[in-house]
Amino acid sequence: MSDTDTAEGTEVADLEARLSIYRMMQEGRLFEERARDLFLQGLVKGTSHLGIGQEAIAAGFAAALEPDDLVFCTYRGHVHTLLRGAPMAALMAELLGRATGICGGKGGSMHLTDVSHGAMGSYAIVGAHMPIAAGAAWAAKARGTDQVAVCFFGDGTTNIGTFHEALNLAAVWALPVVFVCENNLYMEYTAIGDVTAVEHPAADRASAYGLEPILIDGNDADVVHTTAVRTVARARSGDGPSLVEAVTYRHGGHSRADPGKYRPDEEVAEWLRRDPIPSYRERLLAAGADEGTLDAIDRDALAAVDRATEEAREAPFPDPDTLETELWADGGSAWRN
Amino acid sequence: MAELTYREAVARGIAQEMERDPSVFFIGEDVAAAGGVFKTTEGLLDRFGPDRVRDTPISEQAIIGAAMGAAMNGLRPIAELMFSDFFAVCWDMVANQIAKARYMTNGQVALPIVIRTANGGGARFGAQHSQSVETWMMAIPGLKVVVPSTPLDMIGLLAAAVRDPDPVVVVEPKVLYASKGDVPDGEIVDELGVARAVREGGDVTICVLGAMVPKALEAAGRLADDGIDAEVLDVRSLVPLDVRAIADSVERTGHLVTVEENPRLCGWGAEIASIVADEKFYALDGPIVRVTTPHLPLPSADVLEDAAIPSVDRIVEGTRRSLG
Ligand SMILES: Cc1ncc(C[n+]2csc(CCOP(=O)(O)OP(=O)(O)O)c2C)c(N)n1
Ligand SMILES: [Mg+2]
Repeated sequence: MSDTDTAEGTEVADLEARLSIYRMMQEGRLFEERARDLFLQGLVKGTSHLGIGQEAIAAGFAAALEPDDLVFCTYRGHVHTLLRGAPMAALMAELLGRATGICGGKGGSMHLTDVSHGAMGSYAIVGAHMPIAAGAAWAAKARGTDQVAVCFFGDGTTNIGTFHEALNLAAVWALPVVFVCENNLYMEYTAIGDVTAVEHPAADRASAYGLEPILIDGNDADVVHTTAVRTVARARSGDGPSLVEAVTYRHGGHSRADPGKYRPDEEVAEWLRRDPIPSYRERLLAAGADEGTLDAIDRDALAAVDRATEEAREAPFPDPDTLETELWADGGSAWRN
Repeated sequence: MAELTYREAVARGIAQEMERDPSVFFIGEDVAAAGGVFKTTEGLLDRFGPDRVRDTPISEQAIIGAAMGAAMNGLRPIAELMFSDFFAVCWDMVANQIAKARYMTNGQVALPIVIRTANGGGARFGAQHSQSVETWMMAIPGLKVVVPSTPLDMIGLLAAAVRDPDPVVVVEPKVLYASKGDVPDGEIVDELGVARAVREGGDVTICVLGAMVPKALEAAGRLADDGIDAEVLDVRSLVPLDVRAIADSVERTGHLVTVEENPRLCGWGAEIASIVADEKFYALDGPIVRVTTPHLPLPSADVLEDAAIPSVDRIVEGTRRSLG
């Protein structure tokens, strides 16, 4: 990855902001590890797609956003939703199918949404949220709000039509949206390089939409954050969309069912060495952070996850009467009189 | 009072709502500068400007997806799909995204979106620009569907759709665009989910929609010559469905015919037939008859297309059959 930016020479945020990014990554990591454990215990049904290994992208961007900005993510969206400020216990409860879940148990792992915190949904049809994010940005522009929409998606998503339709529309209407490709090198089980006509699935397509190619190390939270600040500022100032390709790696398989055996051992080992969290910790220590402060962040994050887990596990299951609620804005689901 | 074409009614309805509510925006392919390929939206660009009336690229997924995102962030967008056959191109946006978002998030997301579309046959366009697809939308929980059959209904139902807090598909039978009707001055707002008897009668209930309404009325006129007094019920709204109006009519007449432009299988008439068979079985004095397009794509040649779409003759024949 010699052609990606690195932290060297980049203007980084102040130590306090970086500690906050560290805290966010750690909360995301511990939340995901707990989610995985709960799955293995059979307490969470269905499927899950964890963001372990990719936290620097979520945290770097989350730290660059204002409260009323709008984030759109995929089924691999637990960490993005959490870092927007969604209450952890309500997210955990949603995974566990409880009444107190953020979507009342109707959404599940792949659809975590907290509109009150600008987490505008986790979308499970590859690419669908890209035009939707563009539309939210269109409304922001039309209404003259200062909002920016940020849309996270995977490398595999660059080969579906919505990617191209959304980028073209966003560019031609100069919409305040940042599209962030989390290039974790794989779709489900297929390496992106095996099925893509260009080497960098997002960055190499940017010029087709008149955009600057932006290829960064997605495991370097400082680089991600700096890029986020720059692209979000560009969007907010009316200069239009950006397309960022952040190269990263998921430590586990695609979903709960996938051991990830299609990946060479050396490749996995190499990327585990490049885990975004320990390296960031080292960097913050070198920058003058106090070890005790970092330890306290780790402890607090774990305590928060423990509390959220307890709260979620004690929560009741949804009342079956809620089955037929909230299809329509009147709260019901009647299709006839 | 003025006489308007159905196509003029589209523009009048959109203008009425854009005038009233600054959060109403209108997008689609060739809708602004060109005034729409069916000339249904002429004048809107001049009146409301390029920010609110926008031409889009040929990107059906982006058109419908952007409408959804905009609705999530405070607009009430109207999006045009040039031909209803193109729903197949953006079906994910319609069926998976727009329809499911509110339920899936337990009501966190409100989606006041209107999708307008030119639907159905009779224009000799061939199979990919002619199908009646209203039953596709009807099959998806979370979508409302209306089919106006007159200029007045076009304005009133469109206004009701724009004001509704949920996604509504307004299906416009393209063969009706040149048809005319009287429209009163001033604001016109109708109601979703209300069928209307366009001809009252006591012998048989003919449930009908869109472009089949004028044909059913003609058929009823012919039947009257033979002493059969048919009630023609314009269903107007598939979701919500005015089951009460249908059931009350069948209660009085004891006979039911549905006239559908859609291909046979799973047409809306099948749903109505099933409801009536279940809930009004003992009021029925004869078989429920469905008059539909055969289960085929629509052909282009005049003779073939006319043979496919329900004709006045077939409606008369089907109605007689329902009377036993
Ligand atoms: C339209 C569509 N096709 C296929 C799938 C099945 N699917 C789910 S995730 C996935 C891989 C997506 O890869 P990528 O965009 O790289 O995201 P990642 O999972 O790596 O974050 C596929 C093929 C889907 N959900 N939607
Ligand atoms: Mg991937």
